[in-house]
Amino acid sequence: MAENSKMTTLTKGVIKENPVLRLVLGTCPTLAITTAAINGIGMGVAATLVLIGSNAVISLLRNVIPDKVRIPAFITIIAAFVSIIQMLVKAFLPSIDAALGIFLPLIVVNCIILARAEMFASKNPVLPSILDAIGMGIGFTAAITLMGMIRELLGAGTIFGLQVTQGAIEPMLIFILPPGGFFVFGVLVALSNKLAVKMGKKPIKNLGCGGCNGCSGCDTCESADNQETVGQSAPVDEGIVTNADIAKSVGEELPESEATVGVIGDGVTDENVRTEAENVDVKKENGGEPQ
Amino acid sequence: MNVANIITIVLAGLLTENMVLAKFLGICPFLGVSKKTNTAVSMGIAVTLVMLLATAVTYPIHRYLLLPYGLGYLQTIVFILIIAALVQLVEIVLKKYIPPLYKALGVYLPLITTNCAVLGITMLNFTNVRITNYVEALFNSLGAGLGFLLAMFIFAGVRGRLESSDIPESLKGLPITLVAAAIVSLSFLGFAGIVK
Repeated sequence: MAENSKMTTLTKGVIKENPVLRLVLGTCPTLAITTAAINGIGMGVAATLVLIGSNAVISLLRNVIPDKVRIPAFITIIAAFVSIIQMLVKAFLPSIDAALGIFLPLIVVNCIILARAEMFASKNPVLPSILDAIGMGIGFTAAITLMGMIRELLGAGTIFGLQVTQGAIEPMLIFILPPGGFFVFGVLVALSNKLAVKMGKKPIKNLGCGGCNGCSGCDTCESADNQETVGQSAPVDEGIVTNADIAKSVGEELPESEATVGVIGDGVTDENVRTEAENVDVKKENGGEPQ
Repeated sequence: MNVANIITIVLAGLLTENMVLAKFLGICPFLGVSKKTNTAVSMGIAVTLVMLLATAVTYPIHRYLLLPYGLGYLQTIVFILIIAALVQLVEIVLKKYIPPLYKALGVYLPLITTNCAVLGITMLNFTNVRITNYVEALFNSLGAGLGFLLAMFIFAGVRGRLESSDIPESLKGLPITLVAAAIVSLSFLGFAGIVK
């Protein structure tokens, strides 16, 4: 059982809760740097290292950081790790640094990292948090590398720089230009939705977190959206897979991970589970009342 | 400083180097808050304001404080903290002194703190070859912000049309939104070359 739940923590990020295709987080780098498959790996590994570091530290400090200033605290910790990775990449992999450009420092505001800090690391002990980070990192890397491969193949006729379709198919430049990014991502999400429906899961109809915004701020974002829609038309249930669902899944996982690691931070986790559950309720009420 | 250069900077930010459609910065609010035109415009205005303010503060700090003392590597961490503090401050000031504006923009402000478009533009001010001084950096932010606003406004219109169209089941929601964004982005490619 204990081993089992550790494995689940590790593997759920890869397919079941793939951060790019299922949670739809971190869309900016996903679209921007996937012009070549190798960039996907570079970005993925950089983000994974930051994620492991920040998840570990935030998990260690989860009982020390006051709840009210947790987001600034998280951002500072993440920014420190990003700076370290940035310097390492600049020193040892200058070509990757040039390809990723501004998106390397922008890992700071990558939703995936803040979301994992907020939803997992701040409520779980160190080991599960690290496993979660590794799983999510692999999922992110796999998804953006796949997208990079598709765009590189269609747009330049190569995969990882190797000629594939030379002479047979003329490369379609549009796929490595910005519109190609939007298009390929749209088709990939559609495919993953189709597979999800086949496997009896809910399709993704909406962005993971309404704005790249600290993800805890999602509440505000969604209510902002709601406020606008409520007065004008009856809100349609779009099967939003956002905070509420993620919170639910976190709530479900927590007892397991507690069982694994024993009593550390017992009270705190319980409280968090309760607040998460309340959030879910509140959201249901908000969404369910056609004003 | 010359006027032609400033016009070039603003036009580039607005059309050819559009924040969202060409640079992929601020995708989340672009996709998340563009369902209704008025929401989209409010978000665009709020982002433009915060971008201007953030540049006004971060540019001198980086140029005259961090760089001369060899602290350039602190850019990421310093900028994100400044932006976070600034957004909080703007929120408090608006709430106290200009309540109507706070009512209109207030809900969007916390979302902007970790918006990659804002952090992105403050960093791009130092990599863009056209930017040589403070005023040009400010105009660059203004252009980028207006570009964001323009993209939001156009896209909100497109999404309004999508609502009433017949869409294949697995493309409903996010996928069709992304495909629509691809077509809007394609149209912006047409501006390529007007700014050199």
